Amino acid sequence: MILTELPWRTPAIVESVEDHGPQDSIARRLRELGFVNGEEVEVVAKGPLGAEPLLVQVGFTRFALRRSEAARIRLRNGAAA
Amino acid sequence: MSAADASALRLALVGNPNCGKTALFNQLTGSRQKVANYAGVTVERKEGRLHSAASGRSYAVLDLPGAYSLHAASLDEAVTRDVCRGFYPGEPAPDVLVCVVDATNLRLHLRFALEVRELGRPMILAVNMMDAAQRRGIAIDLAVLEEELGVPVVETVAVRHGGARALVERIDAMAAQPHAPRAQLAEGVDLHAETRRLLALAVAMPTRTAKIDDALDRWLLHPVLGIVALAVVMFLIFQAVYAWATPLMDLIEAGTGAVGEWVGGALPEGPLNSLLVDGIIAGVGGVIVFLPQILILFAFILALEESGYLPRAAFLLDRMMASAGLSGRSFIPLLSSFACAIPGIMATRSIQDPRDRLATILVAPLMTCSARLPVYALLIGAFVPQKQVGIFNQQGLVLFGLYAAGIVSALLVSWVMKKWRRDKSEHPLLLELPSYRIPHPRDLLIGLWERAMIFLKRVGGIILALTILLWVLLSFPAAPADAVGPAIDYSFAGRIGHAMAVFFAPLGFNWQICIALIPGMAAREVAVSSLATVYALSAADDDAAAQALTPLISDGWSLATALSLLVWYIYAPMCISTLATIKRETNSWKQMGYATLYLFALAYFASLVTYQAARALGAG
Repeated sequence: MILTELPWRTPAIVESVEDHGPQDSIARRLRELGFVNGEEVEVVAKGPLGAEPLLVQVGFTRFALRRSEAARIRLRNGAAA
Repeated sequence: MSAADASALRLALVGNPNCGKTALFNQLTGSRQKVANYAGVTVERKEGRLHSAASGRSYAVLDLPGAYSLHAASLDEAVTRDVCRGFYPGEPAPDVLVCVVDATNLRLHLRFALEVRELGRPMILAVNMMDAAQRRGIAIDLAVLEEELGVPVVETVAVRHGGARALVERIDAMAAQPHAPRAQLAEGVDLHAETRRLLALAVAMPTRTAKIDDALDRWLLHPVLGIVALAVVMFLIFQAVYAWATPLMDLIEAGTGAVGEWVGGALPEGPLNSLLVDGIIAGVGGVIVFLPQILILFAFILALEESGYLPRAAFLLDRMMASAGLSGRSFIPLLSSFACAIPGIMATRSIQDPRDRLATILVAPLMTCSARLPVYALLIGAFVPQKQVGIFNQQGLVLFGLYAAGIVSALLVSWVMKKWRRDKSEHPLLLELPSYRIPHPRDLLIGLWERAMIFLKRVGGIILALTILLWVLLSFPAAPADAVGPAIDYSFAGRIGHAMAVFFAPLGFNWQICIALIPGMAAREVAVSSLATVYALSAADDDAAAQALTPLISDGWSLATALSLLVWYIYAPMCISTLATIKRETNSWKQMGYATLYLFALAYFASLVTYQAARALGAG
């Protein structure tokens, strides 16, 4: 499952961040911000238009991610936190 | 080590965005700050002096731009990386790095602290916002952290008086005996893994988030209520700018009037008297009077920024702004542009994406900057009756409308630019929404002080010089002895104004307005002082000149002319400093040329349409 498919307010665990293309600086920044294997994430809010952007809790921090950015984040299957 | 040696010691504050670094910087240095730019780039460089009462030493403290990583993704982060490493040209390497982390956000901030530690420079870890951490029941074992990290670890509360005392003690100790971190990561150990290990050892956290953040975000980020709240906040700001500033402005106006009268009476009649009273005092006074409005606007922007609400607004608006070819991140630069386009354009450095950044820079001048406020205030005061419409002030409503027109135009322009480019590549948002905070009065005051000084320096420099130049153009050559009309018709400025009036006649501008447009190019607010000077000198008798500008123009201009001039100022590229900033930030004459051309064309046609439509409707 990827992060964009995660229902609202449902905790899940990150498996990995996938590079979209070579030298994907967005993917690298996501990893630096804490989207790494084993980290708990949760979608806590969605933007008013088209559910974009997503507000994602990771660690103790909240980040606003567009759906295309969140689509890089792969979650562990069936492993609710 | 003597005190003179120690004064050369350089500290640099480094940390993630939103770690309270700047509040700590303010706490350490107080008002002893210098704000400038780093050599060669437009990243803001803040330096201050810290004097330690305990040791008698003083230090140069540098407040580096916030960074998530030393793998820089923006200009700000690149500056931080290079200064920390001692590679920045013309910037000596800091002797001690003070790495600031937010005690409530250690999962993110400790990882960066580890990255900084790997530089191997003398370093102190300041665990900031310990008060907030305690309120949330977060327990941090600083001794364990210090042991594991191998650097001095100290708690700070940047917003409490004396909240940095322990940090200063550690700085003194480090200054007496500088040493590199006693631990380094083993080869191949992941920073995230190490961060988790440290957290498990030293930190007990009952909940991952603060209840208050959850509750506020539930309402303020609500798809409907959140938008309503945002609209209410924006609307209140503009009402306050109008309502609260009035008594102060009356006071300043009375003050300049009194000074003018006193100087006029004390000096003999002649050119010097005219220069001082009609030129300098009337001109500069006409601009300073808007300082209260500018400061109120800035106070709101600063308070919203410090409280953590601004990124929420960016979150709510991102989708809308993205469809217009901007990004939620553009919101903060554009909001700053309401105060002045120059800091707004400079704030676009936080937009990593080049296309989003350029689009934001090009539309920033459409945001109604505070320099336009004098022009709007003058015209609204003269032509819009002071009436209540329901609970609202009618003049405030018109002002709100002008601001809204600027915003809508900016969205349209950026949308057209997006269509023009047919760009399909991806532009990231990746925006942190920090915890809500109650802004500290000291941080607000220091911010306001900086803004007020920037404004007054402009008044003191450019505006004063232009006021004098304009006075010269208006006063020479003198009218011949047998002249029938007012003396101004014979002056250089009168001739220039009459010549320009041909081009601007379809817009309803008279020659006095045309003259005022010229010095207004250096700084928009000068247009008002110029009008004041033009009318003061062109008045047929002293009685008329002694009157304020407002009754003069409300009698002399038609409503259509006033509306046309208001619309002109929504668009006009009438500020050379803004254009210079665009050139510097984009490093391109072409982009600056585009900006000038499209703004001028928009201004001319919008004013033309307004004037002709208003006349057709009978307001001519």
